Amino acid sequence: MQDATTLTEYKNQCQEALDDEFLRKAMDAFAKAYRTNRVNAFAGINEKALIAEIAAAKDGAISHLPELYEEFRVKAELAGVHVHLAKTAAEANEIICQIAKDNGCRKIVKSKSMTAEETLLNHRLEADGLEVTETDLGEWIIQLRHEGPSHMVMPAIHLSRYQVADLFTDVTKKQQDSDIEKLVKVARRELRAKYIEADMGISGANFAVVETGAIGLVTNEGNARLVTTLPRVHVALCGVDKLTPTLHDALRIIKALPRNATGQAITSYVTWITGANACATGPEGKKEYHIVFLDNGRLAMAQDPDFRQILRCVRCGACANVCPVYRLVGGHRMGHIYIGAIGLLLTYFFHGRDKAKNLVQNCINCGACKEACVAGIDLPRLIKKVHARIQDEDGHALPSVLLGKVMSNRKLFHTLLKTAKWGQKPIKDGSTGYIRHLPMIFGKEQDFRALPVVADKAFRDEWPEIRPNVDNPSYRVALFSGCVQDFVYPEQMKAGVRVMDGHGVEMEYPMGQSCCGLPLVMMGESGPARDVAEQNVKAIDPAKFDYIITLCASCASHLKHTYPRMLADDPQLAGMASVFAEKVIDFSSFVYDVLGVDKNDFREEGGQGKTAYHSPCHLCRGLGVTEAPRQLLRQSGLNYAPSAEEDVCCGFGGTFSMKFPQESRELLHKKLDNVKASGAVELVTDCPGCVMQLRGGTDVRKDGLRVRHIAEALADRKK
Amino acid sequence: MQTNQEMLGTFIDKAGLVSAKVSRVKTLEEAFVYTAALCDTKEMCPLLVSGCELNLSEPSMQLCREKTGKIIAAPGLDKEQFASLRALCEDKGMELIEDGLRRHLGGLDIGFTVCDLGIAETGTLVLNSSSEEVRLATMVCETHVAVLPESKLRATSYDAEPEILEFMSSIPNYLSFITGASRTADIERVLALGVHGPLELHILLWEDK
Repeated sequence: MQDATTLTEYKNQCQEALDDEFLRKAMDAFAKAYRTNRVNAFAGINEKALIAEIAAAKDGAISHLPELYEEFRVKAELAGVHVHLAKTAAEANEIICQIAKDNGCRKIVKSKSMTAEETLLNHRLEADGLEVTETDLGEWIIQLRHEGPSHMVMPAIHLSRYQVADLFTDVTKKQQDSDIEKLVKVARRELRAKYIEADMGISGANFAVVETGAIGLVTNEGNARLVTTLPRVHVALCGVDKLTPTLHDALRIIKALPRNATGQAITSYVTWITGANACATGPEGKKEYHIVFLDNGRLAMAQDPDFRQILRCVRCGACANVCPVYRLVGGHRMGHIYIGAIGLLLTYFFHGRDKAKNLVQNCINCGACKEACVAGIDLPRLIKKVHARIQDEDGHALPSVLLGKVMSNRKLFHTLLKTAKWGQKPIKDGSTGYIRHLPMIFGKEQDFRALPVVADKAFRDEWPEIRPNVDNPSYRVALFSGCVQDFVYPEQMKAGVRVMDGHGVEMEYPMGQSCCGLPLVMMGESGPARDVAEQNVKAIDPAKFDYIITLCASCASHLKHTYPRMLADDPQLAGMASVFAEKVIDFSSFVYDVLGVDKNDFREEGGQGKTAYHSPCHLCRGLGVTEAPRQLLRQSGLNYAPSAEEDVCCGFGGTFSMKFPQESRELLHKKLDNVKASGAVELVTDCPGCVMQLRGGTDVRKDGLRVRHIAEALADRKK
Repeated sequence: MQTNQEMLGTFIDKAGLVSAKVSRVKTLEEAFVYTAALCDTKEMCPLLVSGCELNLSEPSMQLCREKTGKIIAAPGLDKEQFASLRALCEDKGMELIEDGLRRHLGGLDIGFTVCDLGIAETGTLVLNSSSEEVRLATMVCETHVAVLPESKLRATSYDAEPEILEFMSSIPNYLSFITGASRTADIERVLALGVHGPLELHILLWEDK
């Protein structure tokens, strides 16, 4: 639940979560186990094809929700079901309270429903004097503790067996053992009594199948079967987004949902209820059966050309399972009621910007959620878009406005960077190239990593002197440096030039280029982000080059995926941006796949010690590049030693590390600990942002680890 | 397309992975014998304690006390089949019932059903549960013994789809996919069986062809 009013308060809450040792251990164990389980669960399945099919089918349904609702209603009513459509959460709760009143119900058992969590249904029912018992074990536990869920599938994942034993001791008034099997059995017996007493059962619904008028319920515990069987009244609360034309659609989702949620091929139970079934205690031996469809903004969302894909969500919770930030702070901080990446989005749409405004900033933009989503939702991009929208509605924070103003004016931005090199003199450590004493504006919490100084000479100023002359070139390429390599790490660019030299590559460095604009997107400044995109597309005429090469994974993925979208509204720029994007390639792929650089380019004698590799988020997930850099390390004679979680974020995330330094620090330490455990003496990666984070971190920790950009490592090994 | 033999192999593997106990029987009579014997020896197995031995609240203790002798529920059998199973039960002093399951919500030893379809790829049973007695028998019991005629085995859920739609078209309908026993991992992600429904699922593949 989000109750923080300011970002500072929210950050303090995150810090408390970081200090919760049990939570940290539980989340770590879960993150690691989930990774393996998911891979095993999808073995032998064409995952990408399945995701594409699900997304396409969902998109089809989302375009016709009002018609699907009407069709379903007619079908279900013929089968004796009372069908309702609630416009808002409050309206849904009222309808359900009225059903209880009309039927003289007093005791309610519920099976798990995120939609009922969304409407805060229990509070409303209890206000009417109804006794409500959650029967899903995890939900029951958190209900007894008066908490919200910390995961969509495992709502009590933040609690230990000891806490549950204490809770059950209170409930039964008998001392309980902390043995998990015994606790589960206690719940079995205690809840059995509740089912028997109840006169109303409330369930959610994973599917509302239009061709049959059936709802489908996916559960492991089987509680939904008892909830929908024993009480004489059944109410299913179902988001309108769960309407789906055919049974086949639902069977398809069942192939993916349990696999993605818990690594199971299928849940223990899938229950299909069509019409009012036999019920010995119901009127005329039949169930009094109601389905309440909830709109709560969904039908409007279905009309939005971009945000409509949020409605594809099947509520598997995988976007939380793979989120490195969720892993650190848990669901109570990484969500309001809905958890994880999808939770950040749904909070804004269902619960308003006050609940969402801090949350949406806590996305490091690593793309892990997008890759794991079985509905193919572009979660990180939509989160940034919601962030930008909140800024537009609420007013932009001053630093964010300033950044936007400065960065969209290239000359001003570059002048400031160059001026910084004079300003930093008093704080610069001449021998190491780090800022030794962070200026006050950074604050103490930033000191987990040393920050580099601005280079004496920017790459753009060196370029005229170092540009290689190539006769009869095989490739004509433009170099895109991004601001970090231009002004902080020009040596990485120079190393890249040296690696490509001698392969018939005619290189140009178009001087009108500026920052790629990703930091602006991260700050929610979509206007200035678009301005710099336009400047860059105009500065580098894609028609003149075979490739646009960048040594920064984040720039590459931003140029490739975001530019065409940002400039789509301008007919003239749109075409240029798509050609531009097509020509963008990362350094490793160009060198390995295009130039075919292999061991013949490198010195024969092997490297000293082992080399670890950090796979930048925006390279491995953003561009899908995983093999080229690792092959280059092997070909160059460096002893590449794989380490654990190579593709998990290093914690940089651009401006994220400035905003959430405590989380950035934890992610950095996890990464460096994994690298150390591999026995490597050197760590190589493909992104200057990652280098800044990792190198700064090893410097503070004194790990004795050398951190380099892959271009530097390769240039060093070149014959 | 998988051969029947391959499909059977897949089903046995997948059901085994979710801790279902799979055996093969040649006749329904053999399944009855299996079930009666299982119920007879049930208390020997310490795994099958369903919670009544623990420290429960007073109302829940009371519910436990309602169950006295051993009971098997087998709704949905025809007269002859029911008589045949009852004879075996009576021999061992156990009660066999086919209806009135709401009087036994405190607990049943075994729920016995013959399933309508099987899905090999996930080791899933499809059980038409429109009868409330069938639903209760398979949820309130501690052990569910499910007979699956081998002729009813399909390779995937898509292959079973036309028949599933057929079941659903007979309104009202309550259809269950059952894969393994009732399970939870809600406390510290530790797997525990039998949180609400059966603690054990026994599948008897009936060589009916």
